[in-house]
Amino acid sequence: MRALLARDLMLAIRAGGGFGLGLAFFLIVTVLVPFGVGPQTDLLSRIAPGILWIGALLACLLSLDRILALDWEDGSLDLLATAPLPMEGIVSVKALAHWITTGLPLVLAAPVLGVLLSLPLPAYQWVVISLAVGTPALSVIGTFGAALTVGIKRGGLLMSLLVLPLYVPTLIFGAEVARRGAEGLTVQAPLLLLAGISFGVIALLPFASAAVLRINLR
Amino acid sequence: MSLWEYANPVKFIRTTDKVLPWVWALTGICLVTGLVWGFFFTPDDFRQGSTVKIIYIHVPSALMAINAWLMMLVASLIWIVRRHHVSALAARAAAPVGAVMTMIALATGAFWGQPMWGTWWAWDPRLTSFLILFLFYLGYMALWEAIENDDTAADLTSILCLVGSVFAVLSRYAVNFWNQGLHQGATLSLDKEENISDVFWFPLLVCIAGFVLLFIALVFLRTQTEIRARRTRALLAREGQA
Repeated sequence: MRALLARDLMLAIRAGGGFGLGLAFFLIVTVLVPFGVGPQTDLLSRIAPGILWIGALLACLLSLDRILALDWEDGSLDLLATAPLPMEGIVSVKALAHWITTGLPLVLAAPVLGVLLSLPLPAYQWVVISLAVGTPALSVIGTFGAALTVGIKRGGLLMSLLVLPLYVPTLIFGAEVARRGAEGLTVQAPLLLLAGISFGVIALLPFASAAVLRINLR
Repeated sequence: MSLWEYANPVKFIRTTDKVLPWVWALTGICLVTGLVWGFFFTPDDFRQGSTVKIIYIHVPSALMAINAWLMMLVASLIWIVRRHHVSALAARAAAPVGAVMTMIALATGAFWGQPMWGTWWAWDPRLTSFLILFLFYLGYMALWEAIENDDTAADLTSILCLVGSVFAVLSRYAVNFWNQGLHQGATLSLDKEENISDVFWFPLLVCIAGFVLLFIALVFLRTQTEIRARRTRALLAREGQA
Protein backbone atom coordinates (compact mmCIF):
# COMPACT_ATOMS: atom_id res chain seq x y z
CA MET A 1 0.00 0.00 0.00
CA ARG A 2 2.82 2.34 0.89
CA ALA A 3 4.52 1.58 -2.40
CA LEU A 4 1.32 2.35 -4.29
CA LEU A 5 0.93 5.64 -2.42
CA ALA A 6 4.53 6.59 -3.13
CA ARG A 7 4.08 5.67 -6.80
CA ASP A 8 0.94 7.77 -7.15
CA LEU A 9 2.52 10.75 -5.45
CA MET A 10 5.62 10.43 -7.59
CA LEU A 11 3.54 10.29 -10.73
CA ALA A 12 1.57 13.34 -9.67
CA ILE A 13 4.75 15.33 -9.10
CA ARG A 14 6.79 14.15 -12.07
CA ALA A 15 4.05 13.92 -14.67
CA GLY A 16 3.12 17.51 -13.97
CA GLY A 17 -0.23 19.00 -13.29
CA GLY A 18 -0.88 17.01 -10.15
CA PHE A 19 -0.15 19.64 -7.54
CA GLY A 20 -0.21 22.67 -9.77
CA LEU A 21 -3.35 22.26 -11.79
CA GLY A 22 -5.87 22.11 -8.98
CA LEU A 23 -4.22 25.01 -7.18
CA ALA A 24 -4.10 27.16 -10.30
CA PHE A 25 -7.76 26.44 -10.93
CA PHE A 26 -8.62 27.39 -7.35
CA LEU A 27 -6.69 30.63 -7.79
CA ILE A 28 -8.47 31.47 -11.03
CA VAL A 29 -11.93 30.81 -9.61
CA THR A 30 -11.30 33.08 -6.66
CA VAL A 31 -9.84 35.77 -8.93
CA LEU A 32 -12.78 35.59 -11.30
CA VAL A 33 -15.45 35.99 -8.63
CA PRO A 34 -14.70 39.67 -7.86
CA PHE A 35 -14.86 40.37 -11.61
CA GLY A 36 -18.28 38.78 -11.65
CA VAL A 37 -19.86 40.32 -8.55
CA GLY A 38 -17.95 43.59 -8.29
CA PRO A 39 -15.13 44.74 -6.02
CA GLN A 40 -17.16 45.95 -2.99
CA THR A 41 -15.29 44.74 0.06
CA ASP A 42 -18.32 44.17 2.29
CA LEU A 43 -20.07 42.01 -0.30
CA LEU A 44 -16.90 40.02 -0.99
CA SER A 45 -16.15 39.40 2.66
CA ARG A 46 -19.70 38.17 3.16
CA ILE A 47 -19.56 35.60 0.36
CA ALA A 48 -15.85 34.75 0.74
CA PRO A 49 -16.30 31.54 2.82
CA GLY A 50 -18.77 30.15 0.30
CA ILE A 51 -16.59 31.11 -2.66
CA LEU A 52 -13.56 29.43 -1.13
CA TRP A 53 -15.57 26.27 -0.55
CA ILE A 54 -17.01 26.21 -4.06
CA GLY A 55 -13.59 26.92 -5.53
CA ALA A 56 -12.06 24.06 -3.58
CA LEU A 57 -14.88 21.75 -4.61
CA LEU A 58 -14.50 22.59 -8.30
CA ALA A 59 -10.73 22.23 -8.14
CA CYS A 60 -11.24 18.80 -6.58
CA LEU A 61 -13.74 17.84 -9.28
CA LEU A 62 -11.39 18.93 -12.03
CA SER A 63 -8.64 16.58 -10.95
CA LEU A 64 -10.84 13.53 -10.33
CA ASP A 65 -10.41 11.87 -13.70
CA ARG A 66 -6.66 11.70 -13.05
CA ILE A 67 -7.25 9.32 -10.15
CA LEU A 68 -8.01 6.26 -12.22
CA ALA A 69 -8.26 7.15 -15.92
CA LEU A 70 -4.53 7.11 -16.64
CA ASP A 71 -4.02 3.81 -14.83
CA TRP A 72 -7.00 2.41 -16.71
CA GLU A 73 -5.58 3.42 -20.07
CA ASP A 74 -2.06 2.04 -19.63
CA GLY A 75 -3.32 -1.14 -18.00
CA SER A 76 -1.67 -0.71 -14.62
CA LEU A 77 -5.11 -0.87 -13.03
CA ASP A 78 -5.45 -4.46 -14.25
CA LEU A 79 -2.09 -5.26 -12.68
CA LEU A 80 -3.16 -3.65 -9.42
CA ALA A 81 -6.36 -5.66 -9.48
CA THR A 82 -4.39 -8.91 -9.65
CA ALA A 83 -2.02 -7.75 -6.90
CA PRO A 84 -2.49 -9.25 -3.42
CA LEU A 85 -3.86 -5.91 -2.24
CA PRO A 86 -7.67 -5.91 -1.86
CA MET A 87 -9.52 -3.55 -4.19
CA GLU A 88 -10.86 -1.59 -1.23
CA GLY A 89 -7.28 -0.85 -0.21
CA ILE A 90 -6.39 0.28 -3.72
CA VAL A 91 -9.24 2.77 -3.99
CA SER A 92 -8.54 4.07 -0.46
CA VAL A 93 -4.90 4.67 -1.32
CA LYS A 94 -5.93 6.32 -4.58
CA ALA A 95 -8.26 8.62 -2.68
CA LEU A 96 -5.53 9.39 -0.14
CA ALA A 97 -3.07 10.22 -2.90
CA HIS A 98 -5.67 12.49 -4.50
CA TRP A 99 -6.24 14.23 -1.20
CA ILE A 100 -2.52 14.78 -0.62
CA THR A 101 -1.98 16.16 -4.11
CA THR A 102 -5.19 18.21 -4.34
CA GLY A 103 -7.03 18.60 -1.04
CA LEU A 104 -4.07 19.40 1.17
CA PRO A 105 -2.65 22.16 -1.09
CA LEU A 106 -6.15 23.65 -1.31
CA VAL A 107 -6.42 23.75 2.47
CA LEU A 108 -3.04 25.46 2.70
CA ALA A 109 -3.80 27.92 -0.10
CA ALA A 110 -7.25 28.90 1.16
CA PRO A 111 -6.08 31.53 3.70
CA VAL A 112 -3.86 33.18 1.09
CA LEU A 113 -6.75 33.42 -1.32
CA GLY A 114 -8.96 34.57 1.55
CA VAL A 115 -6.91 37.77 1.59
CA LEU A 116 -7.92 38.42 -2.00
CA LEU A 117 -11.59 38.13 -1.02
CA SER A 118 -11.12 40.20 2.17
CA LEU A 119 -12.21 37.29 4.30
CA PRO A 120 -13.11 38.51 7.81
CA LEU A 121 -10.39 37.79 10.38
CA PRO A 122 -12.20 35.25 12.61
CA ALA A 123 -13.13 33.22 9.53
CA TYR A 124 -9.57 32.23 8.58
CA GLN A 125 -9.19 29.44 11.08
CA TRP A 126 -12.68 28.08 10.38
CA VAL A 127 -12.21 28.07 6.63
CA VAL A 128 -8.99 26.13 7.06
CA ILE A 129 -10.47 23.75 9.61
CA SER A 130 -13.65 23.09 7.63
CA LEU A 131 -11.66 22.49 4.45
CA ALA A 132 -9.24 20.22 6.29
CA VAL A 133 -12.13 18.17 7.64
CA GLY A 134 -14.23 18.26 4.47
CA THR A 135 -11.80 17.75 1.59
CA PRO A 136 -11.07 14.09 2.45
CA ALA A 137 -14.77 13.43 1.93
CA LEU A 138 -14.56 15.20 -1.43
CA SER A 139 -11.63 12.98 -2.47
CA VAL A 140 -13.32 9.74 -1.39
CA ILE A 141 -16.66 10.59 -3.03
CA GLY A 142 -14.76 11.69 -6.11
CA THR A 143 -12.94 8.36 -6.25
CA PHE A 144 -16.32 6.65 -6.31
CA GLY A 145 -17.38 8.84 -9.23
CA ALA A 146 -14.09 8.19 -11.03
CA ALA A 147 -14.46 4.43 -10.52
CA LEU A 148 -18.02 4.59 -11.83
CA THR A 149 -17.10 6.33 -15.08
CA VAL A 150 -13.62 4.91 -15.66
CA GLY A 151 -14.69 2.70 -18.55
CA ILE A 152 -16.49 5.46 -20.44
CA LYS A 153 -14.78 7.41 -23.16
CA ARG A 154 -14.82 11.12 -22.35
CA GLY A 155 -16.66 10.42 -19.12
CA GLY A 156 -15.55 13.67 -17.50
CA LEU A 157 -18.80 15.54 -17.94
CA LEU A 158 -20.87 12.54 -16.90
CA MET A 159 -18.70 12.18 -13.82
CA SER A 160 -19.40 15.80 -12.86
CA LEU A 161 -23.12 15.16 -13.21
CA LEU A 162 -22.86 12.10 -10.97
CA VAL A 163 -20.47 13.48 -8.39
CA LEU A 164 -21.85 16.98 -7.83
CA PRO A 165 -25.16 15.89 -6.25
CA LEU A 166 -23.16 13.62 -3.95
CA TYR A 167 -21.12 16.63 -2.87
CA VAL A 168 -24.18 18.52 -1.63
CA PRO A 169 -24.18 17.50 2.05
CA THR A 170 -20.43 18.04 2.41
CA LEU A 171 -20.65 21.46 0.79
CA ILE A 172 -23.61 22.52 2.92
CA PHE A 173 -21.98 21.64 6.22
CA GLY A 174 -18.52 22.82 5.20
CA ALA A 175 -19.70 26.20 3.99
CA GLU A 176 -21.95 26.47 7.04
CA VAL A 177 -18.96 26.03 9.36
CA ALA A 178 -17.00 28.68 7.46
CA ARG A 179 -19.96 31.07 7.36
CA ARG A 180 -20.78 30.74 11.03
CA GLY A 181 -17.13 31.13 11.89
CA ALA A 182 -17.02 34.33 9.85
CA GLU A 183 -20.02 35.71 11.72
CA GLY A 184 -18.61 34.68 15.08
CA LEU A 185 -21.38 32.17 15.81
CA THR A 186 -20.89 28.77 17.36
CA VAL A 187 -19.72 26.19 14.83
CA GLN A 188 -19.89 23.01 16.84
CA ALA A 189 -22.99 21.42 15.31
CA PRO A 190 -22.11 21.77 11.60
CA LEU A 191 -18.47 20.94 12.29
CA LEU A 192 -19.42 17.70 14.00
CA LEU A 193 -21.83 16.83 11.19
CA LEU A 194 -19.14 17.58 8.61
CA ALA A 195 -16.69 15.35 10.46
CA GLY A 196 -19.40 12.69 10.64
CA ILE A 197 -19.86 12.79 6.88
CA SER A 198 -16.12 12.64 6.28
CA PHE A 199 -15.53 9.69 8.57
CA GLY A 200 -18.65 7.85 7.42
CA VAL A 201 -17.69 8.29 3.79
CA ILE A 202 -14.07 7.24 4.39
CA ALA A 203 -15.26 4.13 6.21
CA LEU A 204 -18.00 2.98 3.84
CA LEU A 205 -17.62 4.39 0.35
CA PRO A 206 -14.39 2.52 -0.57
CA PHE A 207 -16.48 -0.67 -0.55
CA ALA A 208 -18.84 0.79 -3.13
CA SER A 209 -15.92 2.17 -5.18
CA ALA A 210 -14.17 -1.20 -5.11
CA ALA A 211 -17.34 -3.02 -6.16
CA VAL A 212 -17.82 -0.59 -9.02
CA LEU A 213 -14.21 -0.90 -10.12
CA ARG A 214 -14.44 -4.70 -10.09
CA ILE A 215 -17.47 -4.50 -12.34
CA ASN A 216 -15.66 -2.17 -14.69
CA LEU A 217 -12.59 -4.42 -14.84
CA ARG A 218 -14.66 -7.52 -15.53
CA MET B 1 -46.07 -20.30 -7.62
CA SER B 2 -43.86 -17.56 -6.35
CA LEU B 3 -43.27 -13.93 -7.13
CA TRP B 4 -39.97 -14.80 -8.81
CA GLU B 5 -41.77 -16.46 -11.70
CA TYR B 6 -42.31 -12.98 -13.08
CA ALA B 7 -38.55 -12.62 -13.40
CA ASN B 8 -39.02 -14.61 -16.59
CA PRO B 9 -39.43 -11.96 -19.31
CA VAL B 10 -41.94 -14.03 -21.30
CA LYS B 11 -44.07 -14.61 -18.25
CA PHE B 12 -43.71 -10.95 -17.29
CA ILE B 13 -44.87 -9.71 -20.68
CA ARG B 14 -47.76 -12.19 -20.82
CA THR B 15 -49.01 -11.23 -17.37
CA THR B 16 -48.58 -7.49 -17.76
CA ASP B 17 -50.30 -7.67 -21.15
CA LYS B 18 -53.29 -9.15 -19.39
CA VAL B 19 -53.19 -6.68 -16.52
CA LEU B 20 -52.31 -3.51 -18.39
CA PRO B 21 -55.73 -2.68 -19.93
CA TRP B 22 -57.31 -2.93 -16.49
CA VAL B 23 -54.65 -0.74 -14.93
CA TRP B 24 -55.06 1.82 -17.69
CA ALA B 25 -58.83 1.80 -17.27
CA LEU B 26 -58.58 2.22 -13.50
CA THR B 27 -55.99 4.98 -13.97
CA GLY B 28 -58.34 6.82 -16.30
CA ILE B 29 -61.30 6.44 -13.98
CA CYS B 30 -59.35 7.57 -10.91
CA LEU B 31 -57.65 10.49 -12.59
CA VAL B 32 -60.79 11.77 -14.31
CA THR B 33 -62.93 11.36 -11.20
CA GLY B 34 -60.33 12.83 -8.87
CA LEU B 35 -59.40 15.79 -11.04
CA VAL B 36 -62.96 16.67 -12.08
CA TRP B 37 -64.16 16.28 -8.50
CA GLY B 38 -61.25 18.32 -7.23
CA PHE B 39 -61.37 21.07 -9.83
CA PHE B 40 -65.10 21.63 -10.14
CA PHE B 41 -66.88 20.23 -7.09
CA THR B 42 -64.80 21.39 -4.15
CA PRO B 43 -65.13 24.81 -2.54
CA ASP B 44 -62.35 27.39 -2.77
CA ASP B 45 -60.15 27.71 0.26
CA PHE B 46 -61.06 30.76 2.31
CA ARG B 47 -57.56 32.17 2.17
CA GLN B 48 -55.96 30.57 -0.87
CA GLY B 49 -58.92 30.92 -3.21
CA SER B 50 -58.96 28.63 -6.20
CA THR B 51 -55.18 28.07 -6.19
CA VAL B 52 -55.71 25.39 -3.56
CA LYS B 53 -56.76 23.11 -6.41
CA ILE B 54 -53.16 22.77 -7.54
CA ILE B 55 -52.91 20.32 -4.64
CA TYR B 56 -54.61 17.63 -6.76
CA ILE B 57 -51.58 17.47 -9.05
CA HIS B 58 -48.82 18.74 -6.81
CA VAL B 59 -49.14 16.30 -3.92
CA PRO B 60 -49.63 13.07 -5.92
CA SER B 61 -46.75 13.85 -8.28
CA ALA B 62 -44.45 14.70 -5.36
CA LEU B 63 -45.41 11.45 -3.65
CA MET B 64 -44.70 9.46 -6.80
CA ALA B 65 -41.40 11.26 -7.36
CA ILE B 66 -40.11 9.84 -4.08
CA ASN B 67 -41.80 6.47 -4.41
CA ALA B 68 -40.38 5.99 -7.90
CA TRP B 69 -36.90 6.32 -6.46
CA LEU B 70 -37.80 3.84 -3.71
CA MET B 71 -39.06 1.42 -6.34
CA MET B 72 -35.80 1.83 -8.28
CA LEU B 73 -33.91 1.16 -5.07
CA VAL B 74 -35.82 -2.08 -4.46
CA ALA B 75 -35.45 -3.15 -8.09
CA SER B 76 -31.71 -2.41 -7.97
CA LEU B 77 -31.34 -4.48 -4.81
CA ILE B 78 -33.20 -7.37 -6.45
CA TRP B 79 -30.89 -7.11 -9.45
CA ILE B 80 -27.76 -7.10 -7.29
CA VAL B 81 -28.93 -10.02 -5.15
CA ARG B 82 -30.84 -12.25 -7.55
CA ARG B 83 -29.73 -10.91 -10.95
CA HIS B 84 -33.14 -10.90 -12.63
CA HIS B 85 -32.88 -8.87 -15.79
CA VAL B 86 -36.49 -7.76 -15.67
CA SER B 87 -35.76 -6.11 -12.34
CA ALA B 88 -32.87 -4.06 -13.72
CA LEU B 89 -34.95 -3.07 -16.73
CA ALA B 90 -37.85 -2.06 -14.50
CA ALA B 91 -35.51 0.23 -12.55
CA ARG B 92 -34.34 1.70 -15.82
CA ALA B 93 -37.92 2.12 -17.00
CA ALA B 94 -38.98 3.86 -13.80
CA ALA B 95 -36.24 6.52 -13.85
CA PRO B 96 -37.64 8.85 -16.55
CA VAL B 97 -41.14 8.53 -15.08
CA GLY B 98 -39.81 9.53 -11.68
CA ALA B 99 -37.86 12.40 -13.19
CA VAL B 100 -40.99 13.70 -14.92
CA MET B 101 -42.96 13.40 -11.67
CA THR B 102 -40.25 15.44 -9.94
CA MET B 103 -40.49 18.04 -12.70
CA ILE B 104 -44.28 18.19 -12.36
CA ALA B 105 -44.03 18.59 -8.61
CA LEU B 106 -41.48 21.38 -8.97
CA ALA B 107 -43.41 23.17 -11.71
CA THR B 108 -46.81 23.01 -10.02
CA GLY B 109 -45.11 24.05 -6.80
CA ALA B 110 -43.75 27.12 -8.58
CA PHE B 111 -47.19 27.97 -9.95
CA TRP B 112 -48.61 27.60 -6.47
CA GLY B 113 -45.80 29.45 -4.76
CA GLN B 114 -46.04 32.50 -6.99
CA PRO B 115 -49.50 33.70 -5.79
CA MET B 116 -49.16 32.30 -2.24
CA TRP B 117 -45.59 33.09 -1.23
CA GLY B 118 -45.01 35.82 -3.81
CA THR B 119 -42.12 33.90 -5.35
CA TRP B 120 -41.64 31.16 -7.93
CA TRP B 121 -38.74 29.64 -6.12
CA ALA B 122 -37.29 29.74 -2.64
CA TRP B 123 -34.33 27.83 -1.26
CA ASP B 124 -36.62 25.97 1.05
CA PRO B 125 -35.51 22.52 2.29
CA ARG B 126 -38.29 20.63 0.54
CA LEU B 127 -37.88 22.49 -2.73
CA THR B 128 -34.12 22.17 -2.62
CA SER B 129 -34.12 18.48 -1.85
CA PHE B 130 -36.51 17.90 -4.75
CA LEU B 131 -34.17 19.72 -7.04
CA ILE B 132 -31.33 17.52 -5.80
CA LEU B 133 -33.50 14.44 -6.33
CA PHE B 134 -34.04 15.61 -9.91
CA LEU B 135 -30.25 15.84 -10.37
CA PHE B 136 -29.93 12.28 -9.06
CA TYR B 137 -32.47 11.10 -11.63
CA LEU B 138 -30.55 12.87 -14.39
CA GLY B 139 -27.26 11.30 -13.34
CA TYR B 140 -28.84 7.86 -13.08
CA MET B 141 -30.36 8.05 -16.55
CA ALA B 142 -27.17 9.47 -18.05
CA LEU B 143 -25.14 6.58 -16.64
CA TRP B 144 -27.55 4.05 -18.16
CA GLU B 145 -27.20 5.72 -21.53
CA ALA B 146 -23.42 6.03 -21.38
CA ILE B 147 -22.48 2.38 -20.92
CA GLU B 148 -22.72 -0.01 -23.82
CA ASN B 149 -22.60 -3.38 -22.10
CA ASP B 150 -26.06 -4.07 -20.65
CA ASP B 151 -24.98 -6.04 -17.61
CA THR B 152 -22.23 -3.60 -16.68
CA ALA B 153 -24.70 -0.75 -17.00
CA ALA B 154 -27.22 -2.54 -14.80
CA ASP B 155 -24.57 -3.26 -12.15
CA LEU B 156 -23.13 0.22 -12.09
CA THR B 157 -26.48 1.99 -12.04
CA SER B 158 -27.74 -0.24 -9.23
CA ILE B 159 -24.76 0.66 -7.08
CA LEU B 160 -25.20 4.31 -8.01
CA CYS B 161 -28.84 4.01 -6.95
CA LEU B 162 -27.87 2.56 -3.57
CA VAL B 163 -25.17 5.14 -2.89
CA GLY B 164 -27.38 7.90 -4.28
CA SER B 165 -30.21 6.93 -1.94
CA VAL B 166 -27.97 7.34 1.08
CA PHE B 167 -26.76 10.70 -0.16
CA ALA B 168 -30.28 11.83 -1.08
CA VAL B 169 -31.38 11.20 2.50
CA LEU B 170 -28.25 12.94 3.80
CA SER B 171 -28.95 15.93 1.57
CA ARG B 172 -32.53 16.04 2.78
CA TYR B 173 -31.37 16.47 6.37
CA ALA B 174 -28.49 18.73 5.41
CA VAL B 175 -30.72 21.26 3.65
CA ASN B 176 -33.10 21.10 6.58
CA PHE B 177 -30.23 22.23 8.73
CA TRP B 178 -29.18 24.89 6.27
CA ASN B 179 -32.43 26.77 5.85
CA GLN B 180 -35.80 26.71 7.53
CA GLY B 181 -38.30 27.12 4.79
CA LEU B 182 -41.61 28.35 3.58
CA HIS B 183 -43.14 25.00 2.78
CA GLN B 184 -45.69 23.71 5.23
CA GLY B 185 -45.25 20.44 7.09
CA ALA B 186 -47.12 17.23 6.49
CA THR B 187 -50.88 17.58 6.26
CA LEU B 188 -51.70 14.09 5.10
CA SER B 189 -50.39 12.00 7.98
CA LEU B 190 -52.67 9.22 9.10
CA ASP B 191 -53.06 10.46 12.66
CA LYS B 192 -54.92 13.53 11.61
CA GLU B 193 -54.59 16.40 14.02
CA GLU B 194 -53.98 19.25 11.62
CA ASN B 195 -54.85 17.59 8.36
CA ILE B 196 -56.74 19.27 5.56
CA SER B 197 -60.48 19.01 5.74
CA ASP B 198 -62.36 16.05 4.32
CA VAL B 199 -63.78 18.10 1.44
CA PHE B 200 -60.30 18.28 -0.09
CA TRP B 201 -59.08 15.01 1.36
CA PHE B 202 -61.28 12.53 -0.52
CA PRO B 203 -60.74 13.83 -4.06
CA LEU B 204 -57.05 14.08 -3.22
CA LEU B 205 -57.02 10.40 -2.21
CA VAL B 206 -58.59 9.49 -5.54
CA CYS B 207 -55.98 11.55 -7.37
CA ILE B 208 -53.15 9.89 -5.45
CA ALA B 209 -54.57 6.48 -6.37
CA GLY B 210 -54.74 7.65 -9.98
CA PHE B 211 -51.10 8.73 -9.99
CA VAL B 212 -49.97 5.47 -8.40
CA LEU B 213 -51.85 3.51 -11.05
CA LEU B 214 -50.48 5.75 -13.77
CA PHE B 215 -46.97 5.09 -12.52
CA ILE B 216 -47.56 1.33 -12.46
CA ALA B 217 -49.01 1.38 -15.96
CA LEU B 218 -46.15 3.44 -17.35
CA VAL B 219 -43.49 1.31 -15.68
CA PHE B 220 -45.08 -1.92 -16.96
CA LEU B 221 -45.30 -0.50 -20.44
CA ARG B 222 -41.77 0.86 -20.44
CA THR B 223 -40.36 -2.38 -19.02
CA GLN B 224 -42.09 -4.32 -21.78
CA THR B 225 -40.58 -1.92 -24.30
CA GLU B 226 -37.11 -2.38 -22.82
CA ILE B 227 -37.45 -6.17 -22.92
CA ARG B 228 -38.60 -6.10 -26.53
CA ALA B 229 -35.88 -3.65 -27.53
CA ARG B 230 -33.26 -5.91 -26.00
CA ARG B 231 -34.73 -8.93 -27.78
CA THR B 232 -34.67 -7.08 -31.07
CA ARG B 233 -31.05 -6.18 -30.55
CA ALA B 234 -30.20 -9.80 -29.75
CA LEU B 235 -31.98 -10.96 -32.89
CA LEU B 236 -30.20 -8.38 -35.01
CA ALA B 237 -26.87 -9.41 -33.55
CA ARG B 238 -27.61 -13.05 -34.40
CA GLU B 239 -28.56 -12.12 -37.96
CA GLY B 240 -25.33 -10.22 -38.31
CA GLN B 241 -23.33 -13.30 -37.36
CA ALA B 242 -25.10 -15.62 -39.76
